[in-house]
Amino acid sequence: MPDISKALYNMRLLDDLAQKDSSVHRINSLVKLLTTVIYLTVVLSFGRYEIIRLMPFVFYPVLVFAFSELPAAPVIKRILLVEPLVIGVGILNPLLDNQRILLGNVAVSRGWITFISLFIKSSLAVTAGILLIATTGMGKLASALRLLKIPKVFVLQLLLTYRYIYLLTEEAARMMRAYSLRAPGQKGVRLKHLGSFLGQMILRTFDRAQRLYDSMVLRGFNGDYNTGIKEKLKLKDFAYLVGWILFFTIARIFDIPNLLGVLLTGVIV
Amino acid sequence: MNAVNTDCTERNGLIESNKILYTEVDIMHMADALISPIVGGTMMAASAGIATYSIKKVQSDMDDKKIPFMGVMGAFVFAAQMINFQIPGTGASGHIGGGLLLAVLLGPYAGFLTMCSILLIQALFFADGGLLALGCNMFNLGFYTCFLAYPLIYKRITRGKVNGVRIFVASLLSSIVGLQLGAFSVVVETLLSGKTELPFGTFVLLMQPIHLAIGVMEGIISAAVIGFVWKARPEIMERTANSGAIGSISMKNVLAVFLVAVVLTGGVLSWFASSNPDGLEWSMEKTAGTSELEADGWIYNVMSRLQNKMAFLPDYSFKTAADDEVHTSESVEKWPAVSSGTSVSGIVGGVMTLAMAMSVGAAIRLAKRKKRKVTA
Repeated sequence: MPDISKALYNMRLLDDLAQKDSSVHRINSLVKLLTTVIYLTVVLSFGRYEIIRLMPFVFYPVLVFAFSELPAAPVIKRILLVEPLVIGVGILNPLLDNQRILLGNVAVSRGWITFISLFIKSSLAVTAGILLIATTGMGKLASALRLLKIPKVFVLQLLLTYRYIYLLTEEAARMMRAYSLRAPGQKGVRLKHLGSFLGQMILRTFDRAQRLYDSMVLRGFNGDYNTGIKEKLKLKDFAYLVGWILFFTIARIFDIPNLLGVLLTGVIV
Repeated sequence: MNAVNTDCTERNGLIESNKILYTEVDIMHMADALISPIVGGTMMAASAGIATYSIKKVQSDMDDKKIPFMGVMGAFVFAAQMINFQIPGTGASGHIGGGLLLAVLLGPYAGFLTMCSILLIQALFFADGGLLALGCNMFNLGFYTCFLAYPLIYKRITRGKVNGVRIFVASLLSSIVGLQLGAFSVVVETLLSGKTELPFGTFVLLMQPIHLAIGVMEGIISAAVIGFVWKARPEIMERTANSGAIGSISMKNVLAVFLVAVVLTGGVLSWFASSNPDGLEWSMEKTAGTSELEADGWIYNVMSRLQNKMAFLPDYSFKTAADDEVHTSESVEKWPAVSSGTSVSGIVGGVMTLAMAMSVGAAIRLAKRKKRKVTA
């Protein structure tokens, strides 16, 4: 199924991007994780009708993008892929909320405002998430989780799941291709075949798990686990975190665009 | 046939399916934009609590083999979710959630943890479900299937005798119930976050039937897969069925955690809900039969003063036909605070901020590119 291959391609792409070197890539992973979570919390704390006040929060993804030297096109494509869902949920708003609002001289349905607000928040949130993984990578993120005292069992399981997704999606893609070649013109797997299709996949999964366990044991695995990468917390990491938190706080409390606008219109008028 | 040929054939032969198969993102994977930080945080706490409990149970219970098995099963469900099946008669397509499958093959605790890691990976790499909404998704997709549907329905039916019919009935019922509960949770969480205008009734009428159909599909598919595994490798299922048997004691613990999560959500929200007392009264009357707010009066005053100062917390409302007029007149006052007195400067400022952000970003990228050209 082309979709599986696409998904695999996306994961590999983000993984490769995470291996790059830039000032953002070099920042401590835990710091990046915390910054992202705080960013999401603050952005999503805005009310339904806020649009203008969200503008300063564009600085975070833009700056991270710029300093991390990530290629714009693939990342933006990723972001755009998620938009249909949000649009689908929000597009009813202008119809549902008919209260008229006057913007200058134009009367619009208040639902448009909530829709636009939702759209902006969603785009910012999705961008922040993707930037996190594109500048950090799964391995470093796992060690960040360990720093948060998340138990080894979970982190180990997470990493194994991640690594095995590549293998199994390739397997699934191969199986899907073989199936489609034998069923041209058919869209997707027929329901009566799905049971044994997935069943075969699962049996191969079990065999793989067995082989994996055996090879781990033969290499000395005894239940303990090392995440390997030990990142230090440097001054610049701390500065990064504090700097962004300060910016988010100020942008949340004060209406920066308004102040800016007042300043500008005051100068002009 | 070498790789090149098959790829070409694939592309030519499946162009049709390319178009139809969607970038449809399942609404059961809630996006961040639909969640308020409070709801997200509370559900994250609840899910984290359940996960911690599960980790403890898995650790005490375990032989080493389980972790690779969990990892591989996680990858399997992840891949399986990519495979869309046609819902007969509708022309639409859906995919399995996998919670029940994981619970049956790994046991509820390991199954829940595996579901958590799948959701985390999906949120990070595909934005399929937001990071703040992760707690909600873990709860909606993992808790109901692994800790309610599996022990209370699936295990009850397959206790003692396991055969094809029992597996089928058990899977079907568990999937339907699990998904219905999950879908309903999505509605409640979205409503409590106040990010959409969808009224409760409409939303429920939208969500439940769709997920009934998906639940039936998932039940049938899970039954087929479980039946397949049971016939081919029965020892896997026997191992999970026997180990860590869910006695009445641990069920009570699980339910206690669930109740705590519900109380926490309600409690936290009522503390911060000073701006729309009528909406909360409505919900309290609907659920508890009372709307006692007198005892918390002074707390509300303090909170509302704080809130006015910080304007930190979003307003959310429960839309009913009766409340509409009260609600709209109240909140119309909020918007003019932006539009009437300061509309022009606000918009000018907003546009300027956006322009600044973009130009700063562009400038940095240009500078970096120049630097690279010089050094290269």
